[in-house]
Parts: sequence; C-alpha cells; structure tokens
Amino acid sequence: MDDYQLVVTGDEMIDPESGYSGPGTIYIKDGSFFKIEKKKLSQEQSKGLSNASRLIDATGCIVGPGLIDMHVHLREPGREDEETILTGAAAAAAGGFTSICCMPNTTPPLDNHGVINFVVERARSAKVRVYPIGAITQGQKGEIITEIGDLVEAGAVAISDDGYPVMNSGVMRNAMEYARMFDIPIISHPEDLGLVGSGVANESFNSTRFGLSGIPNIAEEVMVARDIMISGFTRCALHLAHLSTAGSISLVKEAKSRKVAVTCEVTPHHFTLTDDLLESYDSNLRVNPPIRTKRDVEAVKEGLKDGIVDVIASDHAPHSQEEKEVEFQAAPCGMIGLETSVGLVVTELLEKGIIDWMEFFKKLSLNPATILKLQGGRLQLNAPADLTVIDPKKRWVVDPKKFKSKSKNSPFVGRRLKGKTRYTIVAGKVVFEAQS
Amino acid sequence: MRLKSRHLLGLEGVSRQDIELIFNTGVTFKEILSRDIPKVPTLRGLTIANLFYEPSTRTRFSFELAEKRLSADTVSFSTNTSSVQKGETLKDTVQNIEAMKVDMVVIRHQAAGAPHFLARCCDTKVINAGDGAHEHPTQALLDLFTVREKYKKIDGLRVVIVGDIKYSRVARSDIWGFKTMGAEVAICGPTTLLPYEVEKMGVKVYNRLEAALEGRDIVIVLRIQTERQEMGLLPTIREYVNRFCLTPPHLAGLRENFTIMHPGPINRGVEISPEVADGPYSVILSQVTNGVAIRMAVLYLLSGGRLPNSRRKARAS
Repeated sequence: MDDYQLVVTGDEMIDPESGYSGPGTIYIKDGSFFKIEKKKLSQEQSKGLSNASRLIDATGCIVGPGLIDMHVHLREPGREDEETILTGAAAAAAGGFTSICCMPNTTPPLDNHGVINFVVERARSAKVRVYPIGAITQGQKGEIITEIGDLVEAGAVAISDDGYPVMNSGVMRNAMEYARMFDIPIISHPEDLGLVGSGVANESFNSTRFGLSGIPNIAEEVMVARDIMISGFTRCALHLAHLSTAGSISLVKEAKSRKVAVTCEVTPHHFTLTDDLLESYDSNLRVNPPIRTKRDVEAVKEGLKDGIVDVIASDHAPHSQEEKEVEFQAAPCGMIGLETSVGLVVTELLEKGIIDWMEFFKKLSLNPATILKLQGGRLQLNAPADLTVIDPKKRWVVDPKKFKSKSKNSPFVGRRLKGKTRYTIVAGKVVFEAQS
Repeated sequence: MRLKSRHLLGLEGVSRQDIELIFNTGVTFKEILSRDIPKVPTLRGLTIANLFYEPSTRTRFSFELAEKRLSADTVSFSTNTSSVQKGETLKDTVQNIEAMKVDMVVIRHQAAGAPHFLARCCDTKVINAGDGAHEHPTQALLDLFTVREKYKKIDGLRVVIVGDIKYSRVARSDIWGFKTMGAEVAICGPTTLLPYEVEKMGVKVYNRLEAALEGRDIVIVLRIQTERQEMGLLPTIREYVNRFCLTPPHLAGLRENFTIMHPGPINRGVEISPEVADGPYSVILSQVTNGVAIRMAVLYLLSGGRLPNSRRKARAS
C-alpha cells in the first residue's frame, strides 16, 4: 500500500514554471510534493492507495500551485476590530490563497524588528502563510529609512510604505540604494500628494458631473516615472503597487523595454470597475488609487494580456462598517478583495479571453513568488505542497454573510461571478474546502 | 400629474416635462403668495425636516417659509460642524429621521452625495438643498422660473455662467436645467476654476468675460470664495476682479432686456460691482421671491398631492 498525506488528481494540472498544462496527479507526503505525474490517477492506482491517504478527485477543476496575494492589509496590530492576522488568513484560504503578504501600515507600523517578529509569531497559527512587508521609512513618515537589514532578518520579504508615498525623492533614492544590498524589492505606492490635493475620485468628466474633487491620473504617473528613474539609477528592484492608469502601464512597458528591474501589479477592481459607478456615491467604491475610466480599464487589461503587468493582487483593505457608512468623501479608502479575486479574474479576464490559465497561475502565483523570492509558485518536487484547486465553471453570487474576513466592505456584494476556489491546500493540509 | 422621481437629488436627467410641471405648479403658488393670507393647508399633517449641515440663510429661510406656507410641520437643524468630526453621523441622523417618522427631508451638506446617502438609507423623500460641488436643483429651478417669467420662454436664450464653476453646485444644476429647457449655455472663468472636461456638459467655455458676454441674454454670476486663493487656484483676488468682475463698462452694448442673476450671497466688488448688482438689469431679488414659490411647488409635487385649486374637483370624482 502506498501511503500519502494527500493525492490530488485531475485532467487540468498547471505548472506555470515549466509551462505544463494537462492531466496530472500530485502525491504529497510530509507536507511536500513527493511525486508529480502527468496523467490522471487510474482506477488501479487509486485502489493501491492506503486508507490513510486522502484522495481529491479534481476532475473538471484546475489544479495549480497555491495562489499568492502579495498585497493585503491585515490591520493587526492596531485595528483588530477590522481584521486580524488569523481572520485575514482565513479569508485568504477561502479565496484560494496559500500565501499572503501583509502591508506595514498598521498601528504601530511594521517598521522595526519587534513588530515584524510579532506578525511572524502570530502567523504561525494562521491557516495560510503570512509574510510581512516592512516599512521603508520610520513611522511611514517618508523621512528616515528603517533598519531594513533588521527587518529582513526578522522575516520581511520586501519593504514598502504602502498607504503613503515616499514623497521625498532623495529619501526614496537612499532607500533603494540601501535595500539593494539585502536583495529585496521596494514596493512603491505611487501617488503624488500634491497632485492628489483634496481629491477623492478619479478626475474625469464623471468627477465633474458628481461634484467630487478629482485625483488626476498624473498623480500616479509622475511617481511611477520617478520611481522607475530611481530604480534605473540605483539598480534596486522596484515593484509598483496597484497601477490604475493607462499612462502608468505605458511607462512600465517603456521601462521594461530598457531592462529596468521593474515589476508591477494591478487589482481586480481596477480591471473591473469604472468611475461612472460613482453615481451611487457608494463609499465602498472609494479606494486609492481611485477606480478610473473605461480607457484605463482597457489599458490595464491590455497590460495583463501582453505581460506588462506581472501580478494580480487584491489590495485587500478591511474597514469597519461604521467607518464606511458615511459620506463618500469622509469614508476611508479601500475594499476587501481576498475572497472575490479568483471569481473576478475568471469572470473578467479568463471568460473574456484576456488571459489563460497558464497566465492566471503566473500572475497569481509564480510571479509574486519570483519577485519576493518566496517558496511556492511552482510544482516542484520536495518543495512545500501548496496547491489551489479552482472550479472554473462554478457560478456564485458574492454574499457578505459568507465572508471569512472580519470586514464586509466590498462593492462586489451581490455580483454574479463565475469561478470559485474548491480546495486550498497548504503544506499538504486542506485549509479550505468549498461546500458542494 | 406626478414627478417621475421620488426625490429631487439633482437636475441631471430630469425631463423637460417634469421641469415644466414644477413651473406650472410654481405659478399657482406664486399667486397664493400674493394673497392677503398667503397660506394653504395643502401639506397639513406632513412632517418635514430641514437638515443644514452647512451654513445657509437664504436657502434655509426659503425652504422653511415654503413649508410653513403649505402648513407642514417642520423641524430644523443647523450645524456648522461636519459629520466627519465626532458627533452625530449622517447614519445616526438617518435612523433618527426614521424613528421620528419624518415624511420629507431637505438636506444641505458639504459632501457631494450626502442626499443620495439619505435617499438610499431611509424611506423618506429627499430634497437636495445643495451637496458639496455637486448640485443645487431648487436654486436652478428658481433661476429657470425667474427667466421664464421675464422672457415667457427659455428655448433659444443665450446664458453665460461666470466664476468658480469647478466648486459650484449652482453652476452644475443651472447647466443641466438650462440645457434641458433649450437654452444655449456658456461658462466663463479662470482655467483653474473650471472642472475637468466640463465642455462635455454641452457648454461653450470662455476665459475672457468680454467675449463671453457678447450676444448673451442672461449672465449668472457666481460667488467667489476667498478660499480659492488660499488653495492656490487664483494668484490674488485682485487679479480675479481685474479679469472677471462684472462692472458697468461690461453692460455697454448689451441687449436691452439683458438679465443679471446671482444665487447669493454676493461678494460685492469681487465677482460683481455694487452698481451692477443693484442696477436695472438685476433680478436678484425676484430670484429670492420666486425661490419660495418654486420650493413650495417641489415640496408639494414630491408629497404626491394635487393642486389646491383642483381639490374639490378631485374629491368629487
């Protein structure tokens, strides 16, 4: 009898690294990939499995390396009423993510060894892997760089002041110069606060109609351009977070053609929503960067299609109901996304032929793993067995009552989606299983 | 006749027929206002809350008077503090309104969309009395009403709105309203005070007052807030005055029945000189009088009632 912790078999197994897509069977022992076969498990083989071996028949589903969301906000420490590391990880598991990276804008921020250590310790009992991202500057004030060496030693996989831009170019230059020696990327939150001013919505004819003060696309693009330049100059790896405009995508395209060490991500809401929706003044649509125009959405999709955009990340940003149930301009920015990402990517990108399943696993698994040098992102023998099994045909309606996240601030509530996570497997352990 | 919408949140998308219905109702109420006892029992038993989250005298008095003339029961609330600060949030207000069984709410708020928030969260009917830089529909309706009274039509009239278009809710409502009623609308102001792609609203854009006034029938002058200078949108108020203040020399060569309007409160000497504001072309005070009649019309129509003089007939049928 062959004894395995778990065996997953199906007719659509995808390994974005080798480019394999086809039938496959994955054998997991002691939390690691033990054997990977490029064919479905036969009747005889399944009879040969011991009683202790759990078998998942993923026929009709897509099986690939565990998904990684490299941009989430977990609110712990500081706002445990909105999300904790454990609830955020549970939401991640439900969404199909086996690893998530949490941004440092907590209270206190993740700007020193002790707080990074706290996150790492807390994450030990979480359902999925949680990797902290340290702050670029002390207190995220944009003035003095953090003890980046210490942060990396404590477990930070990148540094970012996400939530705030590093407005001073000299500080950003020093941060990149310094971070380079630890071989970690700087994740930029590209936003020029002077150009944002009092803006609360994308500056367009719609902001004019709705009387909302505008955030012009140049508020993002001048910082994208600046950080690309500093990255080119310092040779530090730069990852641009949540790009939202056509101009940003073309700046990245141009930088990549010059071989600048730049990567970028977009969020599902920025390839799904347009600013004409603000007619409702629904504060769940208030997000930073703001949802933009149809032209920007098309450019973002184009960037996803031609590979300019490396990563899809949710920018999961939990906010309490009382903080969101206010006037549009008074509401905090952000929406939750861990549990709607897969459905939105399948519905908006796969179903519309923008990307295929190979690209899906690149942008949601392999590329974030490569950028952050994480384990995972590939089906590799002896590596930790993180897998995501997706039912591509499952139709469902976003229901806030089913969210595992502590917060419910999603503008996608009530939306019909296609494609849902069936199983989430971390180190061979099923951490999420969809009910029928 | 009924209005198509349950609420009056803005004039964008409001039909010509609805605006005409409001006008015709307004004419009836204006006549009532000229009676010895300018009061009708039309809205007796109806409770209206006036929520003014932003300072206002003119609009608030106008609404309160309109409500009293219609015999509604009213409660008014006025505050200078924004709900962003600690204190009662709009959500709390909504719940209180529900609990007190208010039938209609008139709201003025510094946040665009605040009336929409109320309309979405509670069951009462909502009238927008100005929300941020979004809309101020009753102001535009009274402007239109005043113009129609003078010219007996709006179709084909040439209107120009001068000043801070970017932050003006009056400008937006006036643009939609005058366009819907067939006027040709232009705007004029410094480029920093024009909102993004405003020409898509179907208006011609001018940066020189003299050019903008050429061949116009009506000029609507907007208030300039000194805050705009602090925001860096104007170098100085002096430069604004030099280029955009409506002064007597501008009036030479204009059409004889030219009209000057201002939603108030006026900054005399900034956007309009005192001689012009108080001069013969100005209808600023009839705007105020008409404001009460038009607000009575809106309150009445949203309450779903019938015209007071058709009451008996309605009962008989």
